[in-house]
Amino acid sequence: MIALSDYLTVSALLFSISMAGIFINRKNIIILLMCVELMLLAVNINFIAFSHYLGDSAGQVFVFFILTVAAAEAAIGLAILVVLFRNRRTINVADLDSLKG
Amino acid sequence: MFDNWHQVTIAIVLAPLIGSIIAGLFGSAIGRKAAHRVTILGVAIALSLSLALFNHIIFKDGESFNQSVYTWLVSDGVRFEVGFLIDQLTVMMMVVVTFVSLMVHIYTIGYMSHDEENWPEGSRAGTNSYQRFFSYISLFTFSMLMLVMSNNFMQLFFGWEAVGLVSYLLIGFWSVRESAVYANLKAFLVNRVGDFGFLLGIAAVLMYFNSLDYATVFENVELHKDLTIEIWPGEQWNLITVICILLFVGAMGKSAQVPLHIWLPDSMEGPTPISALIHAATMVTAGIFMVARMSPVYELSEVALSFIMVIGAITALFMGFLGLVQNDIKRVVAYSTLSQLGYMTVALGASAYSAAIFHLMTHAFFKALLFLAAGSVIIAMHHKQDMRDMGGLRKYMPITWITSLIGSLALIGAPGFAGFFSKDTIIEAVGDSHLPGSDFAYVAVLIGVFVTALYSFRMYFLVFHGKERMDEHTRSHLRETPWVVTLPLILLAIPSVVIGWLFVDTMAFGNFFGHAIYISEAHPAMAELSEAFHGPFTMVLHGLMTAPFWLALSGVATAYLLYMKWTHVPRLLLKWFRPLHTLLIEKYYFDQIFAGLFGGGSRLLGTGLWKGGDVMVIDGVMVNGSAKSVAWLSTVLRKIQTGMLFHYAFAMILGLLGLFALFVVQW
Repeated sequence: MIALSDYLTVSALLFSISMAGIFINRKNIIILLMCVELMLLAVNINFIAFSHYLGDSAGQVFVFFILTVAAAEAAIGLAILVVLFRNRRTINVADLDSLKG
Repeated sequence: MFDNWHQVTIAIVLAPLIGSIIAGLFGSAIGRKAAHRVTILGVAIALSLSLALFNHIIFKDGESFNQSVYTWLVSDGVRFEVGFLIDQLTVMMMVVVTFVSLMVHIYTIGYMSHDEENWPEGSRAGTNSYQRFFSYISLFTFSMLMLVMSNNFMQLFFGWEAVGLVSYLLIGFWSVRESAVYANLKAFLVNRVGDFGFLLGIAAVLMYFNSLDYATVFENVELHKDLTIEIWPGEQWNLITVICILLFVGAMGKSAQVPLHIWLPDSMEGPTPISALIHAATMVTAGIFMVARMSPVYELSEVALSFIMVIGAITALFMGFLGLVQNDIKRVVAYSTLSQLGYMTVALGASAYSAAIFHLMTHAFFKALLFLAAGSVIIAMHHKQDMRDMGGLRKYMPITWITSLIGSLALIGAPGFAGFFSKDTIIEAVGDSHLPGSDFAYVAVLIGVFVTALYSFRMYFLVFHGKERMDEHTRSHLRETPWVVTLPLILLAIPSVVIGWLFVDTMAFGNFFGHAIYISEAHPAMAELSEAFHGPFTMVLHGLMTAPFWLALSGVATAYLLYMKWTHVPRLLLKWFRPLHTLLIEKYYFDQIFAGLFGGGSRLLGTGLWKGGDVMVIDGVMVNGSAKSVAWLSTVLRKIQTGMLFHYAFAMILGLLGLFALFVVQW
């Protein structure tokens, strides 16, 4: 039997990996987007694990919503990315610092 | 003559005010002639009604009355009213004020007729100056009447400040002259010092008597006579003494007593008619009048009376000395005014209120006369005021000469002239007083007689006799001044001679003032003098044998010897007594001390507050400081905004961790 803690461990690992991806990666903005998706998945695992554990299906309903929103978000994010590339001719994260004070 | 005296009193007050408003606000529209006509008419109405009232109260033994005209406001049970108290003291003051004022109005027509010459070419301040002058002196008459006719402290204070304001306006009348502006500012500031004490005195009256009405205060004053108040911890003061001294501080400012006298000599910057009216005859006597009016209060405080006497004696003697070294004809008269005000104050201190008021009245006539005569000389001399450039004017200006002589004789107290009766009464009253300080005061007023005679006749000889020291051009234009100038001189010379004979028995010694003046039985000086008084004629005969007469005579003789016979002696004296002369020329360094101590002190304080408080704290720390700290904070904070995505993400994670930490710690 797989215990609740195992699910949570996996989820935490996934979250940590994606976080590390955001920090360590300074090259490619696509990888950033992937890491964000991975974070959402880690959260989704938590939702499902708790939903099953507590016998409450509301968590699973949430996961459906989150997946839908994440899909839409990925589409928009990629679209922005394309526009960005057209304008700046780069998707290098370190070069995108127009917000600097 | 009149049925309703109440309406008469209101008319007396309003007539000069209306004249003043017409001449002041519509001066340019009505022109010069109409302006002086309307103001003279107003004052003439006031004078004739005052004379009628005087006749009614004094000769017909009419009831004195105390009536409120208008209630301004009622607050916490205290009524602030405009009201008139008409008794013997008031009607006498009213007649003196309106009479001298009318004389000065007429005289002004002559004195100010070429006023445009006193202003720079095309000066806008100088337009309609003639009408403005008449408006001011009428306004002064109104204010002074409000002051003397008042039946409460509130209106007294109104009149007090109003005459101060008009005095300020008139000293600085030639507002394009720097010295005039300096002098009027000085007068205003010095009077503020006095008024501060006066206002505190009125506040004390209001606090303890819960009323500003004279009648109420005088009725209840006995109840408060043993009350003490603690001004600072551990020091008990008699309430009446505190009130009296505070009120007298106001009188010191207005009546130019040492050390608040410094404004009066400088006030001579104003035109001569107002020097006569305001700074000699009427306004400066307001302090004397006020103390006499408050006699029921002052009688209860020996300390205050003693204080008044000593201050008056110092003024009478030491201001007289200053008159000896002045060369400006008006300044000599100004210092003699100071000295005579000192005499009146000494009389107040000796509880000889009637003598003080009597001297006030005689002084008003002969001092106005002397000032107007000095003005007449100044007109003839083409506005030159230095006595060293005069001399021998007697044969050019006979009327001015003879009236000046009468005025000078009255001033030094030559037996038979007005000043003799009043001044002799004062000196004897002081001699009979037993208050602490009365010995000093007695010596001071006696020496004062000699000094008065010396400087008066020094001026008289220098101006009217001796060599003619003016330049050829001035001499060729010397002639007697027009009738509008000489008529007031003659009209003032008459009372300067006869007023003493007429009123000495009733006013100084008799029951002229009735209940208007109260003298406690503890101060019997005047009562004793009255018993020794056997009519004016015996007084004159007796006067010939007393010290004041011989002192005055020796003063005149000294002046004659020094300035007519041995004219080289004054220069020798000057050489021998150089330091003394410097001390007198510098007016005992009062101006320098005040300017250094108070002027310098407040400038130092001002500079300190400006540099320390305003520039450093408010501008430096608060205004610029907050702006600078915001700028500094933002330069720090903008460094956080790197623009790097991962930095923002890192901040988010840090925040998340922080929240988690909080969450964990709380549970």
